[in-house]
Amino acid sequence: MADPAVLKQLRETLNGLEDRGFRRRPVLPFGIDAIDSRLAPGGLRLDALHEVAAAGPDMAEDCAATLFMAGIAARAWGPVLWVVRRRDLFAPGLSQAGLDHKRLIHAEARDDAEVLAVMEEALRHRGLGAVIGEAKRADMTATRRLQLAAEGGRTIALLMKRHAREGRDPIATPSAAVTRWRIGCAPSTPLPVEGVGRHRWRVELARQKGGEGFTQILEACDATGRCALPAQLADRSAAAGRAARRAA
Amino acid sequence: MQAPLDPLTEAAAREQQHVCSVPRGGGWRPGARWARDGDPIVPKQILPELVSGRGTSEAGGGAAPQARNGGASLIAAASRGTPPPSSFARRSPSPSKLGEDFRPLVTSIRNGGRIEIAAACPGAQGLGLQPGMAVTQARAQFRGLDIRPADPEGDMAALRGLAIALARRWTPTVAIEGMDTLFLDLTGVAHLHGGEAAMARRLCRMLARFGFASRVAIADTPGAAWALAHHGEAGICAPGAQGEAIAPLPIEALRIDPRAAELLHRLGVTRIGQLAEMPRAPLVRRFGAGLVTQLERAMGRLPEPLHPVIPPEPIAVIQRFAEPIATPEAIAHWLSELVTRLADALAAQGLGATRIELVAARVDGVPQRIRAGLARPSRDPAHLLKLLSRRIEDVEPGYGIDSLALHLRRADALGAQPMVERLDEEAAPDLAPLVDTLATRIGTGAMWRNAPVESDVPERSVARAPVLDPPARGAARGRIDAVGQLDRSPALHPWHPEWPKPARLLRRPERLDHVVAELPDHAPRRFTWRGTAHRVVRADGPERVHGEWWKRDIERHSVRDYFRVEDDMGCRYWLFRKGDGERAATGDLSWYLHGVFG
Repeated sequence: MADPAVLKQLRETLNGLEDRGFRRRPVLPFGIDAIDSRLAPGGLRLDALHEVAAAGPDMAEDCAATLFMAGIAARAWGPVLWVVRRRDLFAPGLSQAGLDHKRLIHAEARDDAEVLAVMEEALRHRGLGAVIGEAKRADMTATRRLQLAAEGGRTIALLMKRHAREGRDPIATPSAAVTRWRIGCAPSTPLPVEGVGRHRWRVELARQKGGEGFTQILEACDATGRCALPAQLADRSAAAGRAARRAA
Repeated sequence: MQAPLDPLTEAAAREQQHVCSVPRGGGWRPGARWARDGDPIVPKQILPELVSGRGTSEAGGGAAPQARNGGASLIAAASRGTPPPSSFARRSPSPSKLGEDFRPLVTSIRNGGRIEIAAACPGAQGLGLQPGMAVTQARAQFRGLDIRPADPEGDMAALRGLAIALARRWTPTVAIEGMDTLFLDLTGVAHLHGGEAAMARRLCRMLARFGFASRVAIADTPGAAWALAHHGEAGICAPGAQGEAIAPLPIEALRIDPRAAELLHRLGVTRIGQLAEMPRAPLVRRFGAGLVTQLERAMGRLPEPLHPVIPPEPIAVIQRFAEPIATPEAIAHWLSELVTRLADALAAQGLGATRIELVAARVDGVPQRIRAGLARPSRDPAHLLKLLSRRIEDVEPGYGIDSLALHLRRADALGAQPMVERLDEEAAPDLAPLVDTLATRIGTGAMWRNAPVESDVPERSVARAPVLDPPARGAARGRIDAVGQLDRSPALHPWHPEWPKPARLLRRPERLDHVVAELPDHAPRRFTWRGTAHRVVRADGPERVHGEWWKRDIERHSVRDYFRVEDDMGCRYWLFRKGDGERAATGDLSWYLHGVFG
C-alpha cells in the first residue's frame, strides 16, 4: 500500500495539470464531512456536469433523485433553469426542499436532444446558478458538450438520467460527467410515535473523476436544501453526526 | 373633460348619412315612450337635446374611446393661411330614433375625495346631469344610469391617434389643442379635397363614421377657428372676416385665463367685440400681455405657431442586390450589416426592438420570412444577430434572393439602463438574452415560472407565470397613512411550509386498487398502484382538503383526506380518499394516488 501522503501529493499535481494552472475551482460542499471528504475536490464542482439517476424505475426513487438535485440547486447561488420533458414538478414540494419558486425557471423540451441543447445554451449564458435537465439518453458526445459548456463558469450542471423502458442502468452508459450519483429511497427516520419521520435516501456515488465511489444513507433535504447524516441512535439526535450548519 | 356640446348639430350631421324615417327639423317625436310617460323630470324645452343625445350614445358603442365617453365631442378647428371666402354651416337639427332602452351615459372621475361626473351624454345632460356633479347625486336622481369610469389618458391617446391619422391623410400640419380640439392647417391643401366646404363635409362624415361627434370651423387664424368651433356658428368664416365673426362671441372663446375672464365679466366686458374696441395699453397694464396676445392672435395681427404632431415612420432597413445571392454565408454577411443599421436607427429614436422580421425577397416572388421576438426591448446588434442567424436555415434561397429587408414590427422605449443597482454588490445577471435564445428554440409557451395561488386544492395551488416578471420592488406602495401598514407581519406563504408536499404531482390522481383501510380516518394498510402491490408500514394524516364551493357548485360538500404513506421499501406516496368516511355526500370513499415524495 502506498503512502497516503505521496498519493495526496500526486493527486494534487494531477489536479494542477488538469486545471491548466488554476488550483482552486469553485466547489459546492454538502456540509457533511463524511461526504465532502470523499469527494475529490471537497464538494461538487460548480463548473462541471453531474449525473443523477434513480436507483430503480419506481417513481418514488425518481422523486428522491429529483429532490436531491433540487437541494443542490437550492444551495447554489442564483436563478435555476429546470429543463423538463413532462410538467409534473410540484412547486410546493420543491420549495420545501429549499428551491424557491422565485428562483426557478422551467423550460419544456420536446425530446432528449432538445433538453441537452437547451441545457448547453443555458450553461453558456453564465447567469444561472444551476441548470437541471431530465433525459433518458445522453451519450458520451452529448455529455462532453455539456461538460465543456459548463467549464469556466459557475453554473452547476445536473443531468437527471431517467430509466428507459428497457430497464438498463442509466448510470452505466459512458459519460463525461464528473460525478455520477444513484439515489434511492430508504425507510424514514423512526419516530417514537406513529407517523413518517424525516425522509431518508440511499445515496450512492457510482463514479467520480479522481476519486472513488461510496454509499451512504442520508436524511433528505430540509427547507434550506441541506442533507444530514442520520443519528447514530434511534430516538436521539446525535449532534456530532449531523451536518455542520455552515453556509454551503 | 370639457363638454362644449352642441349635440344637435353632430347628431344631425350623422343622421344625414343614413336614411331616417323621422321628420327632420322638428326635434321631437310625439310617439316616443318618454313622451307618452310624461315624465315630469324632463322639461319640454330640452327634449330635442335628449333626442339627439340618443344619437351620441349610439355612437358610444363604437370603437373609439373618445366616443365611449358619451358626452365628449371632438372639435376640429381648421385655419388657413390667406385664401378666399365662402360660407359653410351644417345645421339641420333632426331627431334621431329614440330607442326604447335609452340609458343616459355618464363617465365618472375621482376629484380629490369625491367622485364626480366627468362627461355626460347629451341625453344625460338633458336630464340635468352636468359635468362636475357628484355621481352619488346623479345616481340618486335616476335609476339605471350607465356610469363608466372616465379614461383621460385613453381619450388623449385616441385623440393623438386621430391626429396622426389626419396628418397622414388630410394635411401635413395637425396640432392637438387641449383635450378635445385639433387644429388642421389647410394652407394649400383644401383644393385637394374639393375646396374648404367639401373638405369640412368630408371630415365631418369621416369622423361620424368613426363614432365621433364633431364640429368644424374654418377661419384665417387658429384662435378664431377655435372660438367659432367652441362658442359660435361652426362653419367657414370668410377670409379677413374673423374680426366680425368672433365679435359677438363671449370672451372665454379667446382661450384666456379664467381669472381674467371673470374680472372682465365683472367689469362688464362680456363679448370679444367689446374687448377689441378697448385700447390695448391699459389692458396690458391691467391683465398682462396674455389677454391681448390671445386677442391679437385671433384677429390675425400676431402669429400663432402650431405644434404639429409628427407621424412616426416605421423603421425598416432594406438592402437590394445587383446579383441575387443564394449562399448562407452571403445572407449571414448582409444580415449582420442590416442588424447594425437597424440598431443605429433604433438608437437614434431611443427604442428597443421587441419583435423583428427579416423578409428575403426571392427572385420568383415568394418572400421568405424569419420572425424573432424579444422578451425585453433590446437594440444590441450582437443579440439581434444571434437570434436571427440561428434561424437562417429556414430561408430557402431558391433561385436567389433579390433583396433583404429587416422590419421592426414592435418596439418599446429603451432609455439608458443602470449598470448596477447597488455599488456594493454584483449586478444580478440579466436573463432576457437567455430567455430570447431559448424561446426561439422551444417557443415562448414552453418556458414559465411557477407562481403560488391561494388554494388548498393541490392542483390549483400553482399557476404559471411569465418568465420575466417586472421586478418586485416596483410594486405599488400603499399610502403612508393606510391602516393596513400597521400590520407588520409578513404575508402568509400560500404553500404551508410544515405540511409535506410531494416532489411530483400526477396530472390526474390515479385510482388505487385493492385498498385495505380502516374507517373513518386511518391510512390504508395496503394498496395496489400501477399493478404493483405496496404494503404500508408508516403513515401520516389525514390532511383534509375541502372542496372550493365558490368555484364549482359540485364541490360544495366534497372532501379529500390526504395521507402520506411509506411502504416497506421506503417509498413514500401521497394518497387521498374521497370523502370523510362519515357522510356519503362528501365522497364515495375511493382511494387515489396524487403525488410522490422522494
